[in-house]
Amino acid sequence: MSDHLQELGGYIEAKRPDCVLGWDISQGELNMDVTLTNIAGLIDFLKGDATCRFSTLVDITAVDYTGRAKRFDVVYHLLSMYQNHRIRLRVAVREKDMVPSLTDVHPSANWFEREVFDMFGILFSGHPDLRRILTDYGFRGYPLRKDFPTTGYTEVRYDEVQKRVVYEPVKLVQEYRQFDFMSPWEGAEYILPGDDKADAPK
Amino acid sequence: MMDGDIRTNTYDDGSTDALTGEQKIRNFNINFGPQHPAAHGVLRLVLELDGEIVERCDPHIGLLHRGTEKLMESRTYLQNLPYFDRLDYVAPMNQEHAWCLAIEKLTGVVVPRRASLIRVLFCEIGRVLNHLLNVTTQALDVGALTPPLWGFEEREQLMVFYERASGARLHAAYFRPGGVHQDVTPKLLDDIEAWSQQFMTRFMVDIDELLTENRIFKQRNVNIGIVTEQDILDWGFSGVMVRGSGLAWDLRRSQPYECYDEFDFQIPVGKNGDCFDRYLVRMEEMRQSVYIIQQAIEKLRAPEGQGDVLARGKITPPSRTAMKTDMESLIHHFKLYTEGFHVPAGEVYCPVEAPKGEFGVYLVADGSNKPYRAKIRAPGFLHLQAMDYISKGHQLADVAAIIGTMDVVFGEIDR
Repeated sequence: MSDHLQELGGYIEAKRPDCVLGWDISQGELNMDVTLTNIAGLIDFLKGDATCRFSTLVDITAVDYTGRAKRFDVVYHLLSMYQNHRIRLRVAVREKDMVPSLTDVHPSANWFEREVFDMFGILFSGHPDLRRILTDYGFRGYPLRKDFPTTGYTEVRYDEVQKRVVYEPVKLVQEYRQFDFMSPWEGAEYILPGDDKADAPK
Repeated sequence: MMDGDIRTNTYDDGSTDALTGEQKIRNFNINFGPQHPAAHGVLRLVLELDGEIVERCDPHIGLLHRGTEKLMESRTYLQNLPYFDRLDYVAPMNQEHAWCLAIEKLTGVVVPRRASLIRVLFCEIGRVLNHLLNVTTQALDVGALTPPLWGFEEREQLMVFYERASGARLHAAYFRPGGVHQDVTPKLLDDIEAWSQQFMTRFMVDIDELLTENRIFKQRNVNIGIVTEQDILDWGFSGVMVRGSGLAWDLRRSQPYECYDEFDFQIPVGKNGDCFDRYLVRMEEMRQSVYIIQQAIEKLRAPEGQGDVLARGKITPPSRTAMKTDMESLIHHFKLYTEGFHVPAGEVYCPVEAPKGEFGVYLVADGSNKPYRAKIRAPGFLHLQAMDYISKGHQLADVAAIIGTMDVVFGEIDR
């Protein structure tokens, strides 16, 4: 299986050198870093080429790497039901970048791109209907970004006086619990009481 | 009245509506759901109708969105496992399976043979659970009341098997990274075998008689919602939606995981790709699943099928006896259930053939005890997306039949 993927990776790189930045095989899966501008063309090529035949779009998602200049990775998973192999394409994207939409190549990209937009705020150019999909009507913010708090900003309840559901800023009875499991032996960065005495001049 | 019909209203003062000669029939928009019994959960469809013909169908999803993927980022790998039960709550263990496989792939843990067999056994029970619910409630959607009453009786028995293995009827949290939580008793295997025999000889025969040649059922399902090979590729279908259209694509066979490669089973395929063929495929898959269940029980009884059910190591708890004699085991147990285990950095995508189609987990680990990002790829999401395409040109009543055979469950679609 790994030999086959090795061949496939080399083949795609040789055919489309302008698109492929690098590729590797890890955990028995073929990963490929590709350029942003050519993504739609590359996926169209992968769909049509007889050796690849990546005819099914399995998934589009994104990962937020805060602290990187190109903050997001947009990740595409493709499957070939005919050749029985899979590939993962990764595109590094800046926060303000527009990603070319795949809806013309794979109609199924429509909701996936809406979901990525909803969750990460990544815009797709050429998408026919880029609305929010999973969050509430009128929701603000992008929940799966790392700087979005897990508790969110608003909470809802039914108001008996106004006879409707009202939105309020979230109030927590106790602070949201995030445990620090790093043991003091494994290089904790905080200073424990008494640590300052160790370096004090005798 | 604002229903778009053309009529001449008369009013109190004796006047009537003036006819302009250019009155137009306009399309009619209706809301289907979110609280509709045939929507199989909280689905809101905005339908544009021309008479009774569906012109446009805009599904509004997300009414059951719980932010599972966000929540998973702040919990340990083991604490995240029960979230998978709550995705597709009709067949919970199949979802857990994908999560466990992803962790095992990254950590390189090999599951003991007995645990592997138990996983196959319960995955197939999950498949029967799912298809029982789907086939019978789809029949309910098109007007038959008896099948769900019978089907839920069988489901209840299967859930009792879940309970006897894991302690919970529905949200089992039974599959764990490195194996399964507890061993099953020989009595449970005997009872599952007894159930499987009566299921094949009584229930399946009954439901077959009730539905397969039923005139009303056929009128409502034959030639409704036809899916072609091109549609499958365009819309990313998987599972029964593919097999109903004649493609023998099943991950258990084409990309075998666990120990499915040593089981003997057939992959049923449909011919026309309509709702009725998908029903037939589901019926046959139930029979094949029961066949796999019987084989798994055989293998579990064989001497090679004995042994431990967890790969004892860093990601699994130590045995109770070890904990009582050995301080290190006690510390390990405490650390495992507070801090959790660490997974080496890397990314994997692990698909399983869930009853509804390809259910996958894309896991990005950064070497800590929590997933950096976990994306859940639900088959129903793609199936529902094609709703607009498939239902276009069908009658309003067919929408219920199509949703029924698409097998949507909102736990997994909305996540």
